[in-house]
Amino acid sequence: MAGLNKQSDTVQHNPFPRNWWVSGLWLVAAIYLVYSVNSMGLDWDRFTAGLGHADKLLDRMFPPNFSRWELLLDGLIESLEIAVISSVVGIFLSLFIGLLASRNFMPSWISTPVRGFIALCRSFHPVIIAILFVKSVGFGALAGILTLVIASIGFIAKLFAEAIEEISFKQVEAIRATGASFVSVIVFSVMPQVFSRFIGFATYQFDSNLRNSTMVGIVGAGGLGGTLFSAFQRFDYDFVAAILITIIALILFWEFLSTLVRRIF
Amino acid sequence: MQQIDHHWQRFTLKQKLSRFTVYLCFIVALVLSVRTVEIIPEFFYDAPEQMADMFGRMWPIDFAFYPISVHEAMIETLNIATLGTLVTLIFSIPLALMNASNIVASPWVHWIARFFLVSSRSVNSLVWALLFVAIFGPGVLAGVLAIAFRSVGFVGKLLAEALEEINMGSVEALRATGAPWGAVMLKGYWPQVKPAFFSIVLFRWDINVRESAVLGLVGAGGIGVVLNDSMNLFQWQQVAMSLLAIFAVVVAAEVLVVNIRKRLI
Repeated sequence: MAGLNKQSDTVQHNPFPRNWWVSGLWLVAAIYLVYSVNSMGLDWDRFTAGLGHADKLLDRMFPPNFSRWELLLDGLIESLEIAVISSVVGIFLSLFIGLLASRNFMPSWISTPVRGFIALCRSFHPVIIAILFVKSVGFGALAGILTLVIASIGFIAKLFAEAIEEISFKQVEAIRATGASFVSVIVFSVMPQVFSRFIGFATYQFDSNLRNSTMVGIVGAGGLGGTLFSAFQRFDYDFVAAILITIIALILFWEFLSTLVRRIF
Repeated sequence: MQQIDHHWQRFTLKQKLSRFTVYLCFIVALVLSVRTVEIIPEFFYDAPEQMADMFGRMWPIDFAFYPISVHEAMIETLNIATLGTLVTLIFSIPLALMNASNIVASPWVHWIARFFLVSSRSVNSLVWALLFVAIFGPGVLAGVLAIAFRSVGFVGKLLAEALEEINMGSVEALRATGAPWGAVMLKGYWPQVKPAFFSIVLFRWDINVRESAVLGLVGAGGIGVVLNDSMNLFQWQQVAMSLLAIFAVVVAAEVLVVNIRKRLI
């Protein structure tokens, strides 16, 4: 035992050295936290007062009131319609825009401006785009559809362009060597390579459009969001709870369906 | 000569049928939506003219409006996004630990964690903002909490996935030395998920910058309040200034995040 207890002569080396950069980062985060809480006038009193209100709000939300289910169903169907149409149109347009934006198929004078357009579509939140469309085409489902088409292009076209850029060129050359036209090259050599990923993007985008279609109504672009917002403004919190439960159920149901679809493809 | 009596088929009958069902359901959904959606055709034909009119009103951009109110609101927006991202860590780290199957083995705990993560993701940030405005009153606090609650699902889910993907070798080695739970977490799991963690948080911060720009539309502080006010007053040139500011900040945030993530990974 004596030998074990004796201090070894070699320098003790800590296997877990302190990373000063990370510690500094945490310090900066802590300082920022204090600064921002002070500068924005957040205080504990308001928070605790709010918790009391939260109690009251939850009290009024439960039990959820499904008695106006017709209104709920109308909004739900409109949301679904917006999501389906905008996904189809958006994904269809993204096919072409994505192809135009891929740097291995298109010269840079085409792909660069198209990429700029995609970035522009993506940089604004759907709600802002929805507001602009509501102002220009009026209230209703059309504004919602146009908004989500833009949102879909911003997301899908970019991913699709990246998928096309990653394909193997051997098959493209093989098809080209047979003298196939440009369209045949795309259909027979590019599409088979990217199709399964494309289904993945499309189901993801439909999921995202479904979520957003329940929200664009808040600014008047149709769907369940409008019903939700008016219920909020009339303080019908039990109906609000019913709508929220419906939205969550809808999205859970779609998640179940989308795993099924992905398993098929 | 022997006759080959079977064709090569890419898909089995079951695969073909299931694919066909998916296509059929998809077409039926599309046709039903297009036929029943309430779109006023006149609005649709009128859209380009109306959009041109709106953009015409936006020009020239009112740059003098920037120092008056846009600057301060923009800083507030960034603070909401950052503070919301920091607050979300308090909730999402425990939920991620509960959801990772190589940390907690109980399926009950998984389901509880997954329930919170899914409900956080299903409710849109604008809807969270509506709820928190009802609880805490209009202002920054509602915005921060809306951002935080919306991000929990995203950060929690991705972090749990990152935790599940780690190499268990070092964790088992630490456990074999009899290290306590905290030490296993800090020295076994944490070093391996650290890059993923920072990249997830940065990614979410980027999304939160976009989202916090619109929270003001329902009264939760930030640039959205300014945008909403100038829109209600039909001050389109001021609207254009706010939009330009949002665009600039969103692009700057994205560039920043992309550069930091490149160094991290």
